[in-house]
Parts: sequence; structure tokens; C-alpha cells
Amino acid sequence: MNNIEQQSEQAKHQPPIAMYLKVWLLLFILSTFSYMVDYFNFQGALRWGLILLFMFLKAGFIISIFMHVTWERLTLKMILFLPLFAVIVFIALMFIEGDYIFTNRNITTVING
Amino acid sequence: MKNTELPTTERHGDNKNTDLSWQSVNNDWSNDKQILDMPWGKLMMWIFLLSDTFIFSIFLISYMSARTAAVAPWPNASEVFALTIGGHHIPLILIAIMTFILITSSGTMALAVNYAYRNEIKKTVYLMLATAALGLSFVGLQAFEWSKLIIDEGIRPWGNPFGAEQFGAAFFMITGFHGMHVSIGVIYLTVIANRIRKGYYQNKGYHIVEITGLYWHFVDLVWVFIFAFFYLW
Repeated sequence: MNNIEQQSEQAKHQPPIAMYLKVWLLLFILSTFSYMVDYFNFQGALRWGLILLFMFLKAGFIISIFMHVTWERLTLKMILFLPLFAVIVFIALMFIEGDYIFTNRNITTVING
Repeated sequence: MKNTELPTTERHGDNKNTDLSWQSVNNDWSNDKQILDMPWGKLMMWIFLLSDTFIFSIFLISYMSARTAAVAPWPNASEVFALTIGGHHIPLILIAIMTFILITSSGTMALAVNYAYRNEIKKTVYLMLATAALGLSFVGLQAFEWSKLIIDEGIRPWGNPFGAEQFGAAFFMITGFHGMHVSIGVIYLTVIANRIRKGYYQNKGYHIVEITGLYWHFVDLVWVFIFAFFYLW
């Protein structure tokens, strides 16, 4: 299949415009919600929970609908998402490391007065 | 070899494409043909975006470790980025506006891709230019934000009046790198839109719009994470 044939094939399978508009509206609402978390000054676990929830929802909609990953083959999805496991491991490692440095800095402060 | 003997790899809404079985992955990799049936430019853009994901991940991770290790209190982003508009003190308002601009630009870009595949080229060009214009206004607001922070608030990469010194370094590095991506995206969109207008892709097909779109949506995607981790956290 050359590019032009592929494109006419693709034109038949295009998702309707209405779906993009709905996702767009949804992203607006989710962004408003995450802004509201700050505006109403939620604190503690509720704040982190809501921020992460809205963040992952927004990211999910952008990746799956706007970037068309929903309609891609599992092979591409695996190429894109499996490497991110390394990032998650790195986050965990660096969080432990940061916490360790924080503890040491506090101890140093206490010893030196 | 006739095409019918191989698993078909049709796109968008095709059942085989949303097939989540290991068999489909196995078929893709083991058949004696191109692994992914997509234009090479699109695959290259995905590979680039994956590597870019790692770069931004590393920036955000370094910000996380600097922040968890900081002994001094971290500056309250809600207050640092507040603006007084018409006598009202509104926290984080500039960032909220920037977020909405970027989401809007992502919407116009998604529509541009759709219209390109429907062969409505005029609409595609206008929507891409609208996307570029929104991107440009985002960069403009960021320039305003930076100058306000540097000149009025006295925030520097090595220190600031609000608390932990690491704040400035993390802020300028992360938002600066993202702003650079937006600026490059604006140039990229303008160049491609102009080429489409001149009919450069008439015989090549309009996959280029989807490829440009992938880059632009990625820039929006990164902002979602920066907004959550840097401005709201």
C-alpha cells in the first residue's frame, strides 16, 4: 500500500468530529477541576489524590484519543509503554535517595546547632 | 506473496487493530515483513517522542529529588504565580490561562488531522495556523511570566526570596525546556502548514499532519504533568 492508498483507506475509518469536540470539552472540565483543587486550597491526601486523578485522566484522553493510540496495534502500544517501566523504577529510587539526603541534612543541622 | 496471506493491518476502527491478543504482537514481529504498517515518519516521530518522554521524566525526577531533599520550605507555587487583576488577588491564574490555551491548541490540532484525512485541505491549513497562533500566545504568556518572576519577584536559578534555593533552578530548567518545545512546535506547524498550502503533499498523502499533530499533542501532554507536579503540588 502506498501512502495515498493508505490515506483513502484511513479516511473511511476516521473518528467523527463530534468525538474530538467531546474530548476537548472534557479536557477543559478536567483542567478546571484541577485548578479548583488549588483555588479551594484542598490539602493533604485529598489534594494529591485529586491532582493525580485529574492528571492521569487528562493524559489518558490526550494519548488515547488525540494521539490515536486507541486505534494503534498492540505492538506499538508495547513499544511506547513498556520502556516507561524504567521511569517508574527511577522515580522510586530517587524518592528514596531524596528522603535519605533530607534525613542526613536534618541530622547535620541538629549536630551543628 | 499475495497480501491476503498475511494478517491485514488496516487502521482506525478496524477490529484487527484493536486486537489486544499476544498473537497479534507475535504476528507483527515474526512475519517476514515490515513490523508496523505505518509511514516511516510517523514511527520515527513516536520513537523521538519516547526518547523525549525520558528527557522530561529525568527533569521532573531531578525536581522531585531536589524538592524532597530540600531542608528549607519549598516556595508556595500558588502564591508565587498569583496575579492581581482588577484589584482581585487570584492564585495561579496565569498558569490556568496558559493551560486552557494549550488544550485549545491541542483541540484545533486534532481537528486539523481529521480534516486532512478527509481531504479538506483548506480547513486543515487554517486549523494548523490557529494551533500555531495559540502556541505563540502560550510562549508570549510564558515570557511575561518569566520576566515577572525574574524582575519583580527576584527569582534566580541559585536562590529566591520565598524559600528553598532549588526552586528557581528546577523552574527555569523545566518550563524553559517545555517552552522551547512549544516554540519549535510553532515553527514546525507553520512550515508544514505553508507546505500543505503550496500543494507539496498532494501526491505524498497527508500523514505529515498526523505526525506534526503527534508532536504537538505531546507538548500538551508534557504540560499536563508540569502543571500537576510543579504548579499544583
